[in-house]
Formats: sequence, C-alpha cells, structure tokens
Amino acid sequence: MSALTYSGAPVEVDAEGFLQKPEQWTEEMAGDIARESGIDELTDRHWQVVNFMRKSYLDTGSAPSIRTLGKASGVPIKELYALFPKGPAKLAAKIAGIPKPPGCI
Amino acid sequence: MANRIVILGAGTGGTLTANRLRRRLGDRAEITVVDRDDEHLYQPGLLFVPFGVEHPERLVRSRAKQLRSGIDFRLGEVERVEADASTVHLADGTELGYDVLVVASGAELLPEETEGLTGPGWNESTFTFYTLEGATALRDALARFDRGRLVVSIVDMPIKCPVAPLEFSFLADWYLRRRGVRDRVELTYVTSLDGAFTRATCDRALSGLLAGKDIELVTEFNTGEVDGAGGRLVSWDDREVPFDLLVTVPLHGGAAYVSRSPGLGDDLGFLDTDQRTLQAKVAPNVFAIGDSANVPTSKAGSVAHFAAETLIENIDRHLAGRELVETFDGHTNCFIESGFHKALLIDFDYEVEPLPGHYPIPRLGPLALLKESRLNHLAKLAFQSFYWHMLLPGRDVPGLGAQFSMTGKQQLPALPIEQGAAR
Repeated sequence: MSALTYSGAPVEVDAEGFLQKPEQWTEEMAGDIARESGIDELTDRHWQVVNFMRKSYLDTGSAPSIRTLGKASGVPIKELYALFPKGPAKLAAKIAGIPKPPGCI
Repeated sequence: MANRIVILGAGTGGTLTANRLRRRLGDRAEITVVDRDDEHLYQPGLLFVPFGVEHPERLVRSRAKQLRSGIDFRLGEVERVEADASTVHLADGTELGYDVLVVASGAELLPEETEGLTGPGWNESTFTFYTLEGATALRDALARFDRGRLVVSIVDMPIKCPVAPLEFSFLADWYLRRRGVRDRVELTYVTSLDGAFTRATCDRALSGLLAGKDIELVTEFNTGEVDGAGGRLVSWDDREVPFDLLVTVPLHGGAAYVSRSPGLGDDLGFLDTDQRTLQAKVAPNVFAIGDSANVPTSKAGSVAHFAAETLIENIDRHLAGRELVETFDGHTNCFIESGFHKALLIDFDYEVEPLPGHYPIPRLGPLALLKESRLNHLAKLAFQSFYWHMLLPGRDVPGLGAQFSMTGKQQLPALPIEQGAAR
C-alpha cells in the first residue's frame, strides 16, 4: 500500500492504483484517475456506470461483476467496453474510488 | 430433541457433508438432503468422454445410494430459502424448517447468457464438455473432425475446475496426433484471463506446455457473441477468432433459487460466505460448501473435500453455541492431464502459489508437484474409485491432511504482487 495525491488530496492506493478507502474519493479525483487510464473526459454515460459501481460497493461491500453491470447499470455490456476499454468492471471500479474487484480464480 | 439439518444438493460437497455429519452427530441430528434428481455425476470424468477414453454410463450413480443409512434423501426442486424464518420452500409447496442449513447446490451452466451460443450450431459445431450430453455429442463430432480450426474457449470466470479447458486442449493435441491428423488442425486456446492459468507459477509452467504442443494462446478475450453458423467467436471489443469446431465453457452462476432467496447470494447467485469459517453472511445457522460458496478458491471437488473438516466442526460448534473456528485455508489440489499418459499435480491455498516438490511426503512423493509424470496420470485415473469409496462416504485418509502444508514443497523466490491470485 502507498500514498498518492489526486486533486490535491492524499489517498491510499494499492500497487495498481485502486483507492483503499472509498471515503477519500471525490468527484474531481474521478476525472484525474480517468485521464491517467486513457479516458479524456467522463461523459454522462461514464458517470452512470461509475455511480452505480460506487453505490453497489457502498451498499453491499463488493463491486459488481461485468455481468451484473450489463444487467443492472442501464448500460449494456457492449457499450461498457466502448466506454471503459479492455476491462470495464476493473476500470470503472478504479475511477469510482473503490478497491479492486476480487475477481475469481 | 434432535437438531434438524437440511442440506441442499447431493453432489460432492453435500454428500460428503451429510455422511460426515451423520457419523459425527449420530442421532443428535436429523439430516435431510434435497436434490432435484437421483443422478450423481462424477464430473472429473467428463473431460475424458470426448476422446472415447471414458464412457458416459460409467460416470453416473444413484445420489441416494451414496448416503449413509439414517440420512433422509428427498427429491425436490428448491423454490427459495427464507433465512429469517429458517425455512426452505420446495416447488411442490413443501416447507422444510431447519436448525442448520447447508447450501451445497454447486454451480450451474448458463450458455443462454452468451448471445448466439445456444443458437445455430449448438451441439453440431459448438459444444461444451461440461455436461454429459455435451461431452457425448462432442465425442461423435471429434471422431469425424480431421482438418480445420479447433478452438477451446472460456467465456468468463468463475468456472468449475478452471484447468479443465487446458487439459482438454492437451488431450485434443494427443488425440489428434494419435489419429495422424494433428498437422491439418490449428488448435487455439482462448481465455478471458491474461494468462493460461490464474496462478503465476502455474501460468509459467502451463503456457510453456501450450507452446510446446503448438497450441496458440489468445488472452483477454471476453466473448460477447458466438456465431455458430459463421464459425466466429466475437469479443465485446470486436476481436474475432474463427473456428470450425468450438469447445467452450459457458458462463457459470449459482443455483437459480439462491437469487430468489432474500440476502442469500451475491450478484452471480453464489452464497456470500466467510472464507475461513464457511458460515454464510445471511444468517449464523446457514453454511455453504463447494462450488456454491463465493470463497476465493477454485471451484473444484478437492476444495469441498478439504473444506468439509472446517464445516463439520463449525456446524457442531454452532449447535453447541460455541465460537466457530477459522481454519479453512483455501486448500486446493488438482491433477492436470497433459496428454500422452502424463499429468501434473498442483497443490495450493489462499496464500501460497502452487510450488514444485513432492506430495504428500517430502522427496518420496510419490506424486511430483508442478511437473509432468506418468504416475500423476495414473493417480488421476485411480481417483474415480477413491471418489466413490473414500471421499463421498467421508472416510479419513491417512497422510492426506485437510490443511494446506508446505511439507515437501520447494520455496521459490517471491513473486511480483500484481501476479497474485486476485483477478
């Protein structure tokens, strides 16, 4: 674990830059993290996913999988891949300031 | 009064749990096991069916007959579990009240969740060997296959026995060589992961095996559509892999009733479960074992076998009002068939990667870890008898501990963190 500064505020992140304490996240940080990940601007559609992701995590303690995002976020999986290239669930979690989804083995 | 224990599912986890509980608790508990049918399938055998090495009818036995006497076996479809009321509702209206519930319903295949997969070509040019019907249909298609592109794919994790599709690829290479047509077949392995296996040490060993057998590896391919008629796998980000014959592992989810039961499962229908105690998060008198639990292990019979010790202890403790033990360590082991009558064996847990060495006895083995050997292959074949006669009845095996052990394993230099288990 190490410390980083986003939008002037110190945050704790893991080796891949996922925030470890969701309460340290701010909306401005989301834009910073997105730019670092190659997304220049967060559109309303991006935000719909990021907000869903964050709310799910805060409600249930775990991040939704890509399959759940496709069914429940209001954004179909195809579009999720266009919005968040390569790994939508992982990237959206990073931008939403929640820990890396544990995934599966 | 005897405690009422209801176990949902009479597969590997449910059966061995019922038998061990019966032996441990005797008449202190009334054990009821519920399943929708009376066909217990030896799932590790499915891998060999497509190659004609194993026969479908040899893999199925009565579920009821694997249970010790004194255990009540009931046929029925579960409608839902009301954890607040400690009641299981069956589809025929029956209500089963319980003092302890064990969810052992495993994982289900969801091929219809992938666009096109169950459409044109299903069981003609696109197959899965994860069901008895699929494995049997594939056997007939494979026997006729003598040229073209054979693609083996994983749609997405989690899946049962994550090494099975790799083993299938190795065996397909062996099978096609034996038939003298290997040079006319392009063999490709397509995975949603960023390597052939989820564990770093294995990934290195197994990626080498793929290259050595001239099997092409395509990684980070998230299948969005299967075009059976056109012979194309299409990813969500518009990459394509063409095929003449597709062998795929469909999406998995938990048993359907889990999602119909308030608070019981996660978003994929697997039980929210404490990974050390195996107690479900929904209520203190609910436990989970095997593939139905969302603990971060492989979904494999060996995990259920090793988890049983912790589960049985904790059910007994819960009934006695004592504190639970946090002893389950994620211990997993599996044989990996590599073709030509050889296999590898891997042994690992939540924390420790599969390491080279010997199992279960240092230097002697007799089984070699993370290395191909003929004896590993013979052990894998012998396992079927062990499964029916030792594992399901819940007999203890001398020298084979439930807890993961570093005994006999060679320490390796530390691995980079980002290649850890979490994916």
